[in-house]
Amino acid sequence: MSLHRRTIAELARGLRAKEYSSVELTQSLLARIAAAQPALNAFITVTGEEALAAAVAADRRLATGDAGPLTGLPIAHKDIFCTEGVLTTCGSRMLGNFRAPYDATVVAKLRAAGTVMLGKTNMDEFAMGSSNETSFFGAVKNPWNPRRVPGGSSGGSAAAVAARLVPGASATDTGGSIRQPAALCGVTGLKPTYGRVSRYGMIAFASSLDQAGTLTASAEDAALLLTAMSGFDPLDSTSVDLPVPDYTAVLERPLTGLRVGLLKEFFDKGLQRDVEEPLRAALAVYGKLGARLTEVSLPNLPLSVPTYYVVAPAECSSNLARFDGVRFGHRCEDPRDLTDLYERSRGEGFGAEVKRRIMTGTYVLSAGYYDAYYLKAQRVRQLIAGDFTRAFTQVDVLVGPTTPTPAFELGAKTADPVTMYLNDIYTIGANLAGLPAMSIPCGFADGLPVGLQLIGPHFAEERLLNAAHLYQRETDWHRRMPGAYA
Amino acid sequence: MSLNRADIEAIARLARLSLREEEVPALVDGLSRILGLVAQLDAADTRGIEPMAHPLPGLAQRLRADVVTETDQHERYQANAPRVEGGLYLVPKVIE
Repeated sequence: MSLHRRTIAELARGLRAKEYSSVELTQSLLARIAAAQPALNAFITVTGEEALAAAVAADRRLATGDAGPLTGLPIAHKDIFCTEGVLTTCGSRMLGNFRAPYDATVVAKLRAAGTVMLGKTNMDEFAMGSSNETSFFGAVKNPWNPRRVPGGSSGGSAAAVAARLVPGASATDTGGSIRQPAALCGVTGLKPTYGRVSRYGMIAFASSLDQAGTLTASAEDAALLLTAMSGFDPLDSTSVDLPVPDYTAVLERPLTGLRVGLLKEFFDKGLQRDVEEPLRAALAVYGKLGARLTEVSLPNLPLSVPTYYVVAPAECSSNLARFDGVRFGHRCEDPRDLTDLYERSRGEGFGAEVKRRIMTGTYVLSAGYYDAYYLKAQRVRQLIAGDFTRAFTQVDVLVGPTTPTPAFELGAKTADPVTMYLNDIYTIGANLAGLPAMSIPCGFADGLPVGLQLIGPHFAEERLLNAAHLYQRETDWHRRMPGAYA
Repeated sequence: MSLNRADIEAIARLARLSLREEEVPALVDGLSRILGLVAQLDAADTRGIEPMAHPLPGLAQRLRADVVTETDQHERYQANAPRVEGGLYLVPKVIE
């Protein structure tokens, strides 16, 4: 079997068995990246030389038996993660020339685990978007159909894994930015519990929502990467000090008696029939695996999108105040005075969607509106989180669709921001409540992948990965590859 | 909730964002639509509900010990600065 068709778990076994070297694997994937780049635009930066040097070092460790489970495995990082000495743009003109002076903790941990970084993936500007069309470096295309979006904001990571340019990639999820592109590209996306993975060196969008996770071909691969990425980090004040289990240890645990709750509000309306059919079939698989299915209602969940579009822009307007043209990032030509320097540097450096969100956030936080918008949204957020807490007294896992539709056409939703925002209607709830959630491929609608979403209680990543893995044992949707890249 | 051009210009000043003339109509329309979406929150009964700022209740944010942990790396960090002289960031004159 060609190397690119293999999962991380399979590649790791092949590297240990000396079937191929990390250098050979790295070279073959770098060639695939170069060949696919004109059509997909999945990467902003490819770090070929550094990758080959890291692969040489990995091969030495493999030869001496001094290797971990991920030694020599090529991956990509979303361009939101700082990578020392390497361009880190966050998809923005603002950071078009920014070379990070240090590694994000996620990058450092995966580097220490022996992974080989092949490059930095394209993304919506500052992770604000659901289609990858807001990237300053151009839209990413969906490998299943180049006229369709890959989803966003981690669209480059999702497209790269779907086209088997890399077996896995890091990503981030503030309102669905891992799960939505995972669904639209037919790959496995994992957003861990808030605080499970360090946010240090991950360029901030909305700090009470942002969380790093993975895009991979399988749940087993997600478990391998999460084990290496997670853990307490004194450099992130919201990092949670809990032990990190080996997430691969319980993948095979039988699902007999697992209480699975169908999210009533998600199946009620707005779901296309050709999306609902694969989801119902997936639920039948869980029934066969011994799970007990019940319907659960979360009455406040339909308020997720309006809640998010107060909380996230408010935090974004505060976080992005650091981009002032003084210490790093874009600076305008010939500023008249300091105010002109700030205003023009920011006006030129940020794209339309980022400006829209900064301004929405500025408005909802401004004098006279703070209580009516910001505090109100924080109260509704509490109601939504409470709905989840109650639901998890009745069930172990909640399931539903990841997205209302499969991948839409490029340009289809750029005219009205609210139309675009409603793409994340099913994913935002988990961010507001800080819960771990996954999207796994469960079939196709009109030739385009459909995702099944699993949501668990805080720190129940093992349960989600277990449920996703056993589903992937029974089905082969996660093994399907777009024809042009198989 | 509908905003007008003057509102958008005022918000842009608060956010320190210069806007090109052709950007303004889309922002008037876009922000008005977003506030229309957000108006759905009015229907929620939130009497007696505490605002939620942190998604993990009960897990308070830590404070670290008040000791120096950073070493001087200004040259490295200032390598990304648009203009630097003598270890200082250069900006237009602030005080006449």
